[in-house]
Amino acid sequence: MDHLDQLENKSIYIIREAYYQYKNMAMLWSIGKDSTSLLWLVRKAFNGHVPFPVIHIDTTFKFPEMYEFRDKYAKEWGLNLIVAKNEDAINRGISYATHDAFTCAHELKTVALQQTMAKLGFKALLLGIRRDEHGIRAKERVFSPRSQDFKWNYQDQPAELWNQYKSKADEETHLRVHPLLHWTELDIWKYVKRENLPVNSLYFAKNGLRYRSLGCKPITNPMKSEADTVDKIIEELAVTKEAERSGRAMDKEQMYTMQKLRSLGYM
Amino acid sequence: MDKNYLKLVIVGHVDHGKSTLIGRLLVDTGSMPQSKIDEVKTVCESLGRPFEFAYLMDYMEEEREKKITIDTAQIFFKTELRDYVIIDAPGHKEFLKNMITGSAQAEGAILIVDANEGIKEQTKRHAYILSLLGLKQIVVVINKMDLVNYKETRFEEIKKELLNHLTAVNLTPKYIIPISASQGDNIANKSEHINWYSGPTVLQALDLFQPMVASENLPLRFPIQDVYNFDNQTILAGQIESGAITVGQEIIWLPSGQKTKVKAVTKWLPTVPGGGQDLKESTAGHNIGLIITDDLKLTRGEVACPLEQAPKTVTQFKARMFWMSAAGIKTDEKFLLKCATQEVTAKIGNINKVLNSSSLETIAGQTDEIKETEVAEVEILTEQPILVEDYNFIPELGRFVIIKSEDIAAGGIVTK
Repeated sequence: MDHLDQLENKSIYIIREAYYQYKNMAMLWSIGKDSTSLLWLVRKAFNGHVPFPVIHIDTTFKFPEMYEFRDKYAKEWGLNLIVAKNEDAINRGISYATHDAFTCAHELKTVALQQTMAKLGFKALLLGIRRDEHGIRAKERVFSPRSQDFKWNYQDQPAELWNQYKSKADEETHLRVHPLLHWTELDIWKYVKRENLPVNSLYFAKNGLRYRSLGCKPITNPMKSEADTVDKIIEELAVTKEAERSGRAMDKEQMYTMQKLRSLGYM
Repeated sequence: MDKNYLKLVIVGHVDHGKSTLIGRLLVDTGSMPQSKIDEVKTVCESLGRPFEFAYLMDYMEEEREKKITIDTAQIFFKTELRDYVIIDAPGHKEFLKNMITGSAQAEGAILIVDANEGIKEQTKRHAYILSLLGLKQIVVVINKMDLVNYKETRFEEIKKELLNHLTAVNLTPKYIIPISASQGDNIANKSEHINWYSGPTVLQALDLFQPMVASENLPLRFPIQDVYNFDNQTILAGQIESGAITVGQEIIWLPSGQKTKVKAVTKWLPTVPGGGQDLKESTAGHNIGLIITDDLKLTRGEVACPLEQAPKTVTQFKARMFWMSAAGIKTDEKFLLKCATQEVTAKIGNINKVLNSSSLETIAGQTDEIKETEVAEVEILTEQPILVEDYNFIPELGRFVIIKSEDIAAGGIVTK
């Protein structure tokens, strides 16, 4: 069993474990490479089926290519797609032009998710976050509880032993389940190659620039790159000294932004 | 062919330099993006402190303010030989649960000891926990040699004392290396200050660790994780914990005792038209969908075993347990016990011995209770039959957890 097989098998185990515990669940699909890989693994876990809804949190500030990709594969893979928007915040004019990235991320993403959860009452959410993306994500558990008001108690997390995870949660909480926590960015790209997995065209270099991590258009910057194929991206990542999220302005706005956002329920 | 990652945990007493060693490994192997190093520089400057390697791991505001590691974290680094996942484990006794969470995933360990302070409470406790978790590959580093003027006598003194303890907990370190994580001695490069030491550097020692292999050559154990009905088929989903499963093989499900044959072993491949991929055989570590020839009533927790030489289920067994939760447990108190995907109601029938997990001393007179951080030799009674194995035979079915108040409160190893 090679490295990618090991990663894949562990992820499938986690996905099936979450589904066993919580039939009333959903997954978040940001249309990026990680959550698209997660969706692929979900299909593998359930014989080609996706037996729960797939939520796209739409800030309305995403790239046009992301909406196109979403609609194409939602149809092709027969997804039960839920598009979650915080209409109230959008009506109040919350936007990157007028508000800081922290406010936008919280209002347009976290609150939009809260509203959807309140309406549909999911008890567990699958998310495609990885430990190597950010120092605060490196501290996550595979099964990570959130309180009703979405708080993450990162100073007292449940124990996980071998492949035993926190299973039950009381009525008020939901569980964030992270089947890709043990993957790296490079693993994802090798998997994309091996599985011939569709990914958004924004990841591939055009005119010397490519997006390495996709977020909201106004606060996501491309990096200098000539990598216009999956193979070239894999070569590039093997030698790069740049951080994956260096094009994500939000992370750098101030110290501990990510920790604060996440403790309030951000992904 | 992809190089496999080796999962490595770093343990030891508080302030003996775990996070600093990790920071040093990341920087010296060029595994840390410059932007993250710059970020830490900025943070340290804004706090008016010198550069802290530890901040590369200690990401929480609370960790940086209090200068401690609270939670376990994982980070990646690479040598010329292979890639590593390093698991940082907190050194405070109150965060033992996080230390165990980190260590349970590791294939190898570095135990770190401060040359100046010497062996402390958590040094001993962590060594014992590693041993209980079955982690045999360990390297010891005696850190902060710069603070004791790189003296060989001090190194030898600690080494001798530590070896006594490690022998007592049944651990044999591969190497004991004098280092200074802050100065970079014997981490990636040989130290110029320690000419009396001729062994490997930390990186050289790590590259000698062997990755864990799945238990393919042991008897088959395939616990059902869930039962699906997709496309008019009943699919028994799960992970093969040990051995191999083959089409046509005769199997017995335990604990129910139902017998059947394997009709198909499947995986789903999105690239294959129709998606299904029937395998002739699959082995330990693979997550498959099993289809059987008979229409049986099967649920999660039933374990497929070879019909010949089928094992026996039990309702009582001997175990060694480590208690992680703040609330302890008394004999005759009921709890949920989970072993692979099996779940049974159980209780501790008898406590043979309770140990202080650091000093290894038996706690005299304590016969009906186990408290946080204590290790106990017990007899467990289950209300329903369960299939368990000696940990040294099939580890995947020889370890279990105890659930109290919806959380994992303890881990255990079956000793039979």
